[in-house]
Amino acid sequence: MKKKAFVLLCVLLVFSLALSGCGQKSTSTGAANDTIKIGWMGSLSGDQAVWGQCEFDTVKMLVEEANAKGGILGKKLEVIGYDTKGDPQEAVNVAKRLTGEDKVVAILGPNASGNAIPIAPVLEAAKVPDIATVATNPKVTVLDGKVKPYNFRVCFIDPYQGAVAAGYAAEVLKAKNAAILYDVGDDYSQGLTQFFEDYFVKSGGTIVAKEGFKSGDVDFRPQLSKIKATNPDVIFMPYFFKEVALSANQARELDINATLLGGDGWPSEQLISMAKDAVEGSYFVNHLDFDDPEVQDFKARYKAKYSKDVELNGYLVHDAFLLLSDSIQRAGEVNSEKIAAAIETANIKGITGKIMIGKDTHNPEGKDAAIIKIVDGKYVFQQKFAAGK
Amino acid sequence: MNTYIEGILILAGINLMAVLGLSLLTGFTGLFSFGHAGFMAIGGYASAMLTVKFHWPLIPALLAGGLAAALISAVIGKVTLNLKGDYFCIATLGFGEAIRLILDNVQYFGGARGWPGIPNYTNIWNVIAINLLAIVILANLIRSRHGRNMIAIREEELASQIIGINVFKHKMVSLMLSASYAGIAGGLMAHYMTFLQPKMFSLVKSTELIIIVIFGGLGSISGSVLGALVLTALPEVLRSFSRWRLVCYGLAVIIIMISRPEGLLGGYELTPSSIKKLYNRIITKKRTRSQGLGGGDTL
Repeated sequence: MKKKAFVLLCVLLVFSLALSGCGQKSTSTGAANDTIKIGWMGSLSGDQAVWGQCEFDTVKMLVEEANAKGGILGKKLEVIGYDTKGDPQEAVNVAKRLTGEDKVVAILGPNASGNAIPIAPVLEAAKVPDIATVATNPKVTVLDGKVKPYNFRVCFIDPYQGAVAAGYAAEVLKAKNAAILYDVGDDYSQGLTQFFEDYFVKSGGTIVAKEGFKSGDVDFRPQLSKIKATNPDVIFMPYFFKEVALSANQARELDINATLLGGDGWPSEQLISMAKDAVEGSYFVNHLDFDDPEVQDFKARYKAKYSKDVELNGYLVHDAFLLLSDSIQRAGEVNSEKIAAAIETANIKGITGKIMIGKDTHNPEGKDAAIIKIVDGKYVFQQKFAAGK
Repeated sequence: MNTYIEGILILAGINLMAVLGLSLLTGFTGLFSFGHAGFMAIGGYASAMLTVKFHWPLIPALLAGGLAAALISAVIGKVTLNLKGDYFCIATLGFGEAIRLILDNVQYFGGARGWPGIPNYTNIWNVIAINLLAIVILANLIRSRHGRNMIAIREEELASQIIGINVFKHKMVSLMLSASYAGIAGGLMAHYMTFLQPKMFSLVKSTELIIIVIFGGLGSISGSVLGALVLTALPEVLRSFSRWRLVCYGLAVIIIMISRPEGLLGGYELTPSSIKKLYNRIITKKRTRSQGLGGGDTL
């Protein structure tokens, strides 16, 4: 029995080693000189897999399209992507594998801030740039006042998003009293809550209730009952679509008529199918207008290839790819340090807006946020809104 | 050395440190804990606070982290160690989750958004050195009178109480040592990742540690070493399966647990002398086989 188990284990290990060996060989067959290797990382499993799958599919599609047009600098592109499970530890492993084993010139992703922050030392050691997609935590690119040399992103940051939501509520919706329901165990939710509160109070409003819940909760009635007692004009819900759908339904059940307000965790096809009536008339801050003529072409191409709708991450990874291919072209050679320098001076027009990377922040500067209203189960663009004006 | 392989070895070493602690508690004292990620979190945050805010060097910070975890475990142990069987297990589970949720809301440590900018002090050499030291200490403890008492408690708690072993005291020592190992592991993790987030110390991490201990074999230090190495490397080796990776990982663990319910090296130690014995046995077997049945008598 003992022997059998050991033999089994050995066979398994050898088998998997051999397989992984094969995998690597096949990636290096196209002689290193005429391909440009791009890395991608994100969640292919875990609770954010929906977005990760969409990102990876988009990157694969864009690489195919670029290759059909002859590649960049006359070289074919190749994408190597790995799953991070949304776990910081896995993200570090993946970053080491992409830079050390696969020798990619640049990395696209990850979408979670908690994964984009710990990979910074790995990128710095390997001198490989990374463009994060929807990692909105300010600390992804700037830490203690110093910009991280190899971390970039194509999305706006949490303070900005929080300010836009608060500014829109106070100035356009003329709200005086706001309540916040947020996820105490989630980094994204905590960040948005903090910045929304700061700006809303600054613009003369009052936060009448601030209630927390824990990731995985499905019953929000106790918190919502407390919020109802304070009778707010708007309820800010800075968390992801699944909880948004549940809490919105329960709020309407409790006869709460306040306008619901959210962030970029809202947009998903799932939200409408789970809570069409409850979120009717709600507003949220988004990275782009889904009906903008600029994005229709990409939307159609994605739908034709994968026969499903693009999630929000798809648009941002599209622009990350655009930014990277433009930078490789301007760098003139496949050298990750030169590419990083080129990204720093990039000024392109993506489908989510103008992307001009700030030298001291590595963020896209002056990118407007879009305000979307949900009308008849459709995302209807209201206006571009910039905070602090 | 290749940074990727080195990274996996460091992670395996960090897991091993926590697993050694858990092995003492679960494998040798018979107490199941689902809260060891909580002790790792305490050690990690305590030692990171000392290096970041007070500029301590790594080793004293790690020791302080281990000590902090041990002290908190003493408080927990005082109230929960008298619980029998499953109840202790549930209590540790609650403790682990509570620690994570508290850290989620302590803004001094960055809350749920995490704490970046911790100095990168952990490297392959200090991980190996600390692990070797930890193994030597653990092996000596288990061979001592205290270790034998702990094993007696694991085998039959009531009987060991009757023959005069102070059950509560030995459980407490085992828990505190176990927690301090986990705390040091947490400190190493903080200075390897250079980033801490309470999410890293969820129930999943505690379960992962328990799986390694059981997979390696209860009551075996060398089993824990082997388990930590194999189970940390396995998900990385399986990367080429992409979406099916975690399914394969689960399958591999299930197959091994079915074919070997006592774990890889349950109750068995790989020491220099036992390896020699094993080697001799294989040689003898071969010789008897080659000399035929009659030849066996002459040996």
